[in-house]
Amino acid sequence: MTLPLDAPLAARLLAGFLREEAGKFGFRRAVLGLSGGVDSAVTAALAARAFGGRNVLAALLPYRHSAPESVRLARGLARQLRLRTVEIDITPMADGYLARARGASRVRRGNVLARCRMAVLYDLSAAWRSLVLGTSDKSEWLLGYTTLHGDCASALNPIGDLYKTQVLALGAHLGVPEEILRRPPSPDLWPGQSAEKELGFSYARVDALLNALVDRRYSEAECVAEGFPRALVRGVAARIRDSQFKRRPPLIPKVSNRTLHWDFRYLRDWGR
Amino acid sequence: MDYLAALVQNRPVLGDLDENLTRHEESARKAIGKGAQLVVFPELSLTGYHLRDLVPDVALRAGDRRLSGLARLSRRASLAVGAVEESADHRFFNSAFFFEGGALLAVHRKVYLPDYGMFEEGRHFAPGDRFEPVRSRLGTLGILVCEDLWHLSSSYLHFLRGADAILCMAASPGRGVAGTEGEVATARVWNALLEAQALAFTVHSLFCNRTGFEDGAYFWGGSKVLSPFGRVLAQAGDAEEIVLARIEDGALRRSRTLTPLRRDEKALLTLREIDRAIRTERDAPP
Repeated sequence: MTLPLDAPLAARLLAGFLREEAGKFGFRRAVLGLSGGVDSAVTAALAARAFGGRNVLAALLPYRHSAPESVRLARGLARQLRLRTVEIDITPMADGYLARARGASRVRRGNVLARCRMAVLYDLSAAWRSLVLGTSDKSEWLLGYTTLHGDCASALNPIGDLYKTQVLALGAHLGVPEEILRRPPSPDLWPGQSAEKELGFSYARVDALLNALVDRRYSEAECVAEGFPRALVRGVAARIRDSQFKRRPPLIPKVSNRTLHWDFRYLRDWGR
Repeated sequence: MDYLAALVQNRPVLGDLDENLTRHEESARKAIGKGAQLVVFPELSLTGYHLRDLVPDVALRAGDRRLSGLARLSRRASLAVGAVEESADHRFFNSAFFFEGGALLAVHRKVYLPDYGMFEEGRHFAPGDRFEPVRSRLGTLGILVCEDLWHLSSSYLHFLRGADAILCMAASPGRGVAGTEGEVATARVWNALLEAQALAFTVHSLFCNRTGFEDGAYFWGGSKVLSPFGRVLAQAGDAEEIVLARIEDGALRRSRTLTPLRRDEKALLTLREIDRAIRTERDAPP
């Protein structure tokens, strides 16, 4: 079951968002990490619409474990969208630290890679006077399937309110190659990693559940009554709750009358 | 009558109703074990304060089965707890539930929902529309929830209806650490208001505030009981604790003999003047 999406409308709205919000901050260019997966592909396609391909810098940031397929697909898409590209192997950078973190778990090592990529993207954005585009989708955000200060970090995240299955539909509309759309989703942080295997459910299934829980405000019991398995509902509700910290700024103890995030409240677009 | 009152200054788990219910029953038992005949909890004590989108998830109908443990305990002592109340038409109220004699005896729905500074209660709750003291076996008890107390008219209405004690259940976040002396600036204001309440309306004031942090917001506790002379009978710090104080009818009698404010109050004059004030303001806005 896929969630409905008016793809032409969404594409127009999201490209308009990128153009206007970047413009308000004095930017007409964007940089993003292009992984060969659907989220960064769709974000890149939206950016190409918003800024023109020559004003989008696609950074290919492989590590020695990255699937060769990823780089090949990313290069192909960049060519198709006429993006500028830069390829930076993050192996020396990441291994420089990881050599000192012996015994680190797969997840720890994966998070280091995601944060190395973040550091490179932010530096590229400063060097090239552009904004960093985030590529996380709503499914990932809600499930906490992201690295804090890694792929979570960006200035503009155009697909952050679209579920994975909606991103796929948008990708098809934007002409993202079938090969990318059909690829099993993966952060590619270690060989053979599969998002759906790691999460224990398919996006098609979980998106419908997330949509019921979050957007339509069904209770857990009501989701079970709708036919979602009880264990899935419970597990997903717990994932949403337990990953809330990734979606909020750090905690600041309130001691004054006007505290950041509490009662010092302005939009980022303050004055723009 | 004379009785021992307990204020349970607690630290609820945000959004975990079942866990908080268990803890409430434990605390109530502990207080009753110490001889308390009235046990008061803070505002939203069953749910935590900054609920935002959790409000519908933790809401309770007045007759909810999950409250039966507290109702049973109220055979042994009267209980006031803070909860999200859902009405039959699915409005949510920031309410105080008062149990006595094995049943829910009264509900006060918070009237003044703050929506300024760090507060956004009006976004999540419907406001109550009355102040009606509870005719308890312990006497006539007015109930206020937090911001209600900052509008002195709320205490005044309880006073007019014969309250001899006013319970204020609060979840007051502390602000201000400059130019203070060991207590956040917020505490100073509350202490002044509570003393004024006790003195101006010759009532026992029972203030139960919560403690702990929620996302960095600090609840400063400071739960206390004041006599009708404004004297502090017992007071908590900012940790979880149960404050005990003896409420004496003799003190109430002496204060009202020495200062017969209740006898001399001119409620009809007040009513007339309020009416005039409202008309004048309406006819000539500032």
